[in-house]
Amino acid sequence: MGRVVVEVMPKPEILDPQGKAVVRQLPRLGFTQFTGVRQGRRFELEVDGPVTDAVLAAAREAAETLLSNPVIEDVVRVAEVTTEAEATA
Amino acid sequence: MASTALATARIGVVTFPGTLDDRDAARAVRLAGGRPVALWHADADLQGVDAVVLPGGFSYGDYLRAGAISRFAPVVDVLVDAARGGLPVLGICNGFQVLTEAHLLPGSMIKNDHLHFVCREQVLTVENAETAWTRDYAAGQRITVPLKNQDGQFVADERTLDELEGEGRVVFRYADANPNGSRRDIAGITNAAGNVVGLMPHPEHAVEAGFGPASDAGHRAGTDGLGFFTSVLTTLVSS
Repeated sequence: MGRVVVEVMPKPEILDPQGKAVVRQLPRLGFTQFTGVRQGRRFELEVDGPVTDAVLAAAREAAETLLSNPVIEDVVRVAEVTTEAEATA
Repeated sequence: MASTALATARIGVVTFPGTLDDRDAARAVRLAGGRPVALWHADADLQGVDAVVLPGGFSYGDYLRAGAISRFAPVVDVLVDAARGGLPVLGICNGFQVLTEAHLLPGSMIKNDHLHFVCREQVLTVENAETAWTRDYAAGQRITVPLKNQDGQFVADERTLDELEGEGRVVFRYADANPNGSRRDIAGITNAAGNVVGLMPHPEHAVEAGFGPASDAGHRAGTDGLGFFTSVLTTLVSS
């Protein structure tokens, strides 16, 4: 079984209210070194066989049409997950 | 308002899984003098209606992004073509989000700048009283309708915002105070043809005295939202 990771982030020019709420909380826990937080989304797409170029191309298309809204978000990564450490399940 | 032409105007109201305000929208259509027609998300069939309302709620639980999954529903596929052909379409709240995801209207909605759910009686200024859904109002008129959402902050790039302003496509602006951080106080917009209108506030909750916002006429007496639904009937009769 193969797995493709897709990562989506709010566009730099779009204010990220969730990230702002997180960065305000960090200093209260003693994390004073972080000056900004932006919150994005990570998807893991599973396929029954290996992750071929065609699978990656389809994942890219899915990322642009459904997984992200190009008006407010950028797809920042579409890649095969190869290590056990990176896979979350 | 009770002419034969108006009484036979059929206004579709779409229900997605998670839609909340379809019955209120249908009731608003009825109170304005039209005939509501229930449309189901899974049917690629508009049943020959004369106009369509996409009501508010949390379609598909707002998973992924508000309106993102509904945008690919079979009924929306046929609706997009019909809207491009001139069919009057009104998107309220979640329905507005569906219209932006379907690229019938520009921009998008993100979380309110203060991150809280808002539920209040909101004053709006009518900026464009020439769309299919606003012609019974006057430009500059102030109306009060409920506003209730978490993802209500309208955003678009500066060029798109300038275009909307320049072409008179800002239909409503928040008056008095901006409740969610929306760019340029924008509460609702239209397409270039004026047949597709989307807004975050809820006119369908301000259509019957006794159940609306407070107004000069008394507690819960506000019916400022009714004009949307009479407007589209006027549009249909005059076209």
